[in-house]
Amino acid sequence: MSRVCIVFDRLRTEEKMLQKEASELGCECVMRDAKTTQINTDTKAGRDFGDVALERCVSYFRGLHFTACLEFLDVPVINNFAVAGICGNKMFMTARLKKSGVPTPKTYFSFSGEAAAENAKETGYPLVIKPVIGSWGRGVMPIRDGDAMDAILEIRGVTDGPHDRIYYMQEMVKRPPRDIRVITVGGAPVAAMYRRSSGFKTNLALDGEPELCKITGEIGELATRASEAVGGGILGVDMMEDESRGLLVHEVNNTVEFKGIAKVAEQNIPRAMVKFALDLVRK
Amino acid sequence: MNCPECDAGLGIPSDAATGEIIACPDCGADFEIAKKDGSNIELKQAESVGEDWGE
Ligand SMILES: Nc1ncnc2c1ncn2[C@@H]1O[C@H](COP(=O)(O)OP(=O)(O)OP(=O)(O)O)[C@@H](O)[C@H]1O
Ligand SMILES: [Zn+2]
Repeated sequence: MSRVCIVFDRLRTEEKMLQKEASELGCECVMRDAKTTQINTDTKAGRDFGDVALERCVSYFRGLHFTACLEFLDVPVINNFAVAGICGNKMFMTARLKKSGVPTPKTYFSFSGEAAAENAKETGYPLVIKPVIGSWGRGVMPIRDGDAMDAILEIRGVTDGPHDRIYYMQEMVKRPPRDIRVITVGGAPVAAMYRRSSGFKTNLALDGEPELCKITGEIGELATRASEAVGGGILGVDMMEDESRGLLVHEVNNTVEFKGIAKVAEQNIPRAMVKFALDLVRK
Repeated sequence: MNCPECDAGLGIPSDAATGEIIACPDCGADFEIAKKDGSNIELKQAESVGEDWGE
């Protein structure tokens, strides 16, 4: 049987669940801490990455670069480098979704503070601004008027990181106070949950049991299409329920968290993930 | 095992593994299990949250 490698930088419940399922499936599992691993161009010796790797780093750039190395060493990785590259950047991801005909909110791209200000003046408010890199809702902000826009531009001018010059603004979607997270494995939806909160961002962790969402035909089909649009693998597809247009996909996540939903889901999520990895390299 | 910062008991579960993060219940500092050999545990400072962290 093939051997699976779990690449991590913080060993969380998810990675331990994956490890446990692998061993229950009778498959040998290599746990690999990216932080203590060395790779070089000339030898593979002494480096065991199994036959297939699940890349699970919390740090996006670490995971992306580790993935590049694994592919260099001819180890198949889930998700592969192309998918990780697209999903890690909201602009690349949105472009892919739209190009593939997946319904997604109207989004505005600009490349300097002046252009973003001009853009906002033309479209009017409210808008939502998001950093192109980042997750957990960090830096995602509603912009309700010109004053809020000015404040954001000022802050970006001060922080001035490489991505602060890239502006990604989105129409504010009229939706109920929740969104839907669908976990897909090889394009198939395996579980879905509602995420809700009283504030603007619905993705902030709330106490209590996660609320399962029934995977209707529409939700399942849209999740599959979103997965295909970015290149497949193991993904977290986020959707909002727009009042007039129905479901809109606003995000596809590359290293999906699942410990909460796993407690209430019917399907065994980590098992589906490990099986998918094994099937990819079945010997 | 006690917290290297504030000396509070960390209450590390016996099945904790290398790479796992332990948060001090008193001062909130995060530690990573650097090495584990039976009940012999070595801690190191955990990384702090980066801008690129997440899903
Ligand atoms: N265009 C929008 N209109 C209305 N609400 C939005 C819009 N975009 C995002 N939100 C809200 O803000 C939350 C965070 O946005 P988004 O998912 O894009 O950020 P993220 O940092 O990628 O979060 P995650 O890692 O959980 O996917 C969403 O869960 C949703 O509730
Ligand atoms: Zn302490």
